[in-house]
Amino acid sequence: MTEKTQQELVQIDYAPPARDWMDPRIDFVARRGSWSYPGAAKNLRYLGFPNPRDWSPEDADWKLPPNWQQIIHDGLAERLGKYRSLKVFLDTCVRCGACADKCHFFLGSGDPKNMPVLRAELLRSVYRKDFTTAGRILGSIAGARELTPEVLKEWFYYFFQCTECRRCSVFCPYGIDTAEITMIARELLNLVGLNINWVIEPVANCDRTGNHLGIQPHTFKDNVDFLVDELADVTGVRVEPSINRKGAELLFVVPSADYFADPGIYTFMGYLLLFHYLGLDYTLSAYASEGGNFGLFTSHDTIKRLNYKIYHEARRLKVKWLLGGECGHMWRVMHQYMDTMNGPADFLEAPVSPVTGTRFEHAASTKMVHICEFTADLIRNGKLKLDKTRNDHRRVTFHDSCNPARAMGILEEPRIVLNAACNHVFEMPENTIREQTFCCGGGAGLGNDENLEMRLRGGLPRANAVRWVHEKHGVNLMACICAIDRATLTALVEYWVPEVGISGVHELLGNALVMPGEKPRTTDLRGLPLAGMEGVADV
Amino acid sequence: MRVIWSLVLVGALAAIAFAGSRAGGEAVFAVAVPYLALATFLVGLSARVIGWARSPVPFRIPTSCGQQRSLPWIRSSRLDNPSTGLGAAGRVLLEALAFRSLFRNTRAELREGGRLSYAADKWLWAAALAFHYSFLTILLRHLRFFAEPVPGFVALLQGLDGCFRVGVPTFYVSSVLLVVAAGFLLGRRLLDPKLRYLSLPADYVPLVLLLAIAASGLLLRHVYKTDLLAVKDLAVGLVTFRPVVPEGVGGLFYVHIFLVSSLFAYLPFSKLVHAAGIFLSPTRNLANDNRRRRHVNPWNPPIVGHTYAEWEADFHDKLVAAGLPLDKE
Repeated sequence: MTEKTQQELVQIDYAPPARDWMDPRIDFVARRGSWSYPGAAKNLRYLGFPNPRDWSPEDADWKLPPNWQQIIHDGLAERLGKYRSLKVFLDTCVRCGACADKCHFFLGSGDPKNMPVLRAELLRSVYRKDFTTAGRILGSIAGARELTPEVLKEWFYYFFQCTECRRCSVFCPYGIDTAEITMIARELLNLVGLNINWVIEPVANCDRTGNHLGIQPHTFKDNVDFLVDELADVTGVRVEPSINRKGAELLFVVPSADYFADPGIYTFMGYLLLFHYLGLDYTLSAYASEGGNFGLFTSHDTIKRLNYKIYHEARRLKVKWLLGGECGHMWRVMHQYMDTMNGPADFLEAPVSPVTGTRFEHAASTKMVHICEFTADLIRNGKLKLDKTRNDHRRVTFHDSCNPARAMGILEEPRIVLNAACNHVFEMPENTIREQTFCCGGGAGLGNDENLEMRLRGGLPRANAVRWVHEKHGVNLMACICAIDRATLTALVEYWVPEVGISGVHELLGNALVMPGEKPRTTDLRGLPLAGMEGVADV
Repeated sequence: MRVIWSLVLVGALAAIAFAGSRAGGEAVFAVAVPYLALATFLVGLSARVIGWARSPVPFRIPTSCGQQRSLPWIRSSRLDNPSTGLGAAGRVLLEALAFRSLFRNTRAELREGGRLSYAADKWLWAAALAFHYSFLTILLRHLRFFAEPVPGFVALLQGLDGCFRVGVPTFYVSSVLLVVAAGFLLGRRLLDPKLRYLSLPADYVPLVLLLAIAASGLLLRHVYKTDLLAVKDLAVGLVTFRPVVPEGVGGLFYVHIFLVSSLFAYLPFSKLVHAAGIFLSPTRNLANDNRRRRHVNPWNPPIVGHTYAEWEADFHDKLVAAGLPLDKE
């Protein structure tokens, strides 16, 4: 935990400093707690990424390649030719400032370069200098800056201080998406070997083992077996998931945190119960063992490289379609990138629910359905027997995760599942949910310990809304459909609102689902006593 | 301060026109400059739009601002999260004509004990809307100079715009709105510390230029009344490519026409290209039907990840030990 108290963290001054924003200098030593450690050389070497070396942002010399300015210049030129988004976003901003107080990092830090407009100006100023006549001739009067080592360091600091949450893009009158700017800026930084280990190590792991956490197939199986045993203890029902089984009807892909760490594992247990209840013909894969994709936080090429295994494995296992678990950035990739990058998935069939017969027309091309869509359809068709009182020890609110909300729009489905599974569901204030939802503060690879102060600052708007709903309605659990959220929000609420816990949506469904042949339940999937069972449960 | 640059620039432009026309440059400012400005505007803006269009849209990345279209019984948000091309067109039109996203604007405030609150803040939206529509109205009103007879809709617009009948000649609502709205936009840039911090000279130039254009126009209409017939002869001459240099219109008129020419010539090279950019923004002009219909990337690179066969070879013994099925024994 950070050494700063809540009182210290909320002393936020939104008044800009006297120093002009064009001055790029950053004191990395003074700003410890707000940046992430650089990518380890071994990971860069494994991936074949440029400039592997040991370095620290606190060093004066970042050991850049001698022609780094040329590399960045050429990289930017190439991307201007490849992405209309980049060109339009660099040219059209009028600096109206509507985005300024929409960024959670600005709200939590008061650092003016966390205003999305200025974050983009960091790149835009260099673009003006290198690619516009006015910038070339007039320099700083035209808002242009030379790409100096200091500017590059500033890029590293601020483009790894953006969680690509897209909230600013909702409010921008031209739809300028800082996530797009940050993604491309990070691509440029990667060209000269600037990246963070909390992104690049998962990327290397994912390429090698199939998942970000580096879990090898035998451990994958052990983890799943362990959770099956846990479920048997709680419910008396032994579920039978299969792994790498050919010919199953569908392949189920989850973020790896769901079978690795608390509280994601309880969500995973919820999935397994549901599938067993339905008698679903599905398989897990120890190879396609990661739905998440930290390529999204690295480069478009890396997204494609890591996403490759999903369709590749679906083809090998000869499944008909794909079902995906609860994960935020995973769904940005599955929804907006997978089909374009690694499709067409013409070897799969358009998804049809084997339980209800519903054709998921909206996924007819990509052939991948979100589990909340799948479950909402089951609930609508009355296929699930649910005992809501088994969540009565929970007063629940729902956190819309950034990517599902703003890069997809899956707003109602998780609420339908939650309301079917719980009696007590309360919404946070309207400016903090749905498309206006606030980031957990640790997305896009920033959820590491060394960056904790910035995470707590960036998470302040979310934590504020949680505290509000906790005080008003006694909420003690926040559900979400994102694995990064489940990890980072846990630390966030522990600091700001320790009375509230974090869960997935299907964990709560699992609690409520009345399994045929189950024993009377005294605890929830976590082993916590159900309401009225406090004395009965052997915890 | 960066606003000084824009004042100096606009002041210099006005001085050039005033002095230049006095020094016998009437033909230059009345004929050559407007033609040149219009040509620069057309060529420059076309080049800009073509430049954007030449870069492909590799991925379909709409920002979804409402419920997706998924299951038929869940009501989807047709304009804020469109699932069809028509919906996306509607979304762009709503942005272009009603500034939809700006309408969402909120203002965050940090209160005692680190409590954040958000209040709807429509002032920017209202001022932007007033500014753009009054500017459009004024542009259209000026068509009365360029066409003989004056088109019916222009006369109608002019009648509506002057409906309050204040002053002789009557003050137009649009003139007042433009000045007030542009003044508000300039004022917030100067008074809001965040905005002042991030504003560039290029943010002040258009506002100062427009205010100077409005001021010179109002002066020509209400104070130093110019010879409108001579102006009309010039305007009609310009559009019929038989330009005549007007006599007795005065230095102020040349200031007005030169500043307008400057604005048009400046537009393609400035942030004012947002007028065209809004139609090409990939987060707004694409339907969120990603999983329904495949989007093709014309430069999709041939990248292959770690294949299953490689993976199986890497972990062969562990797969065997765990009893997981293998492709190769």
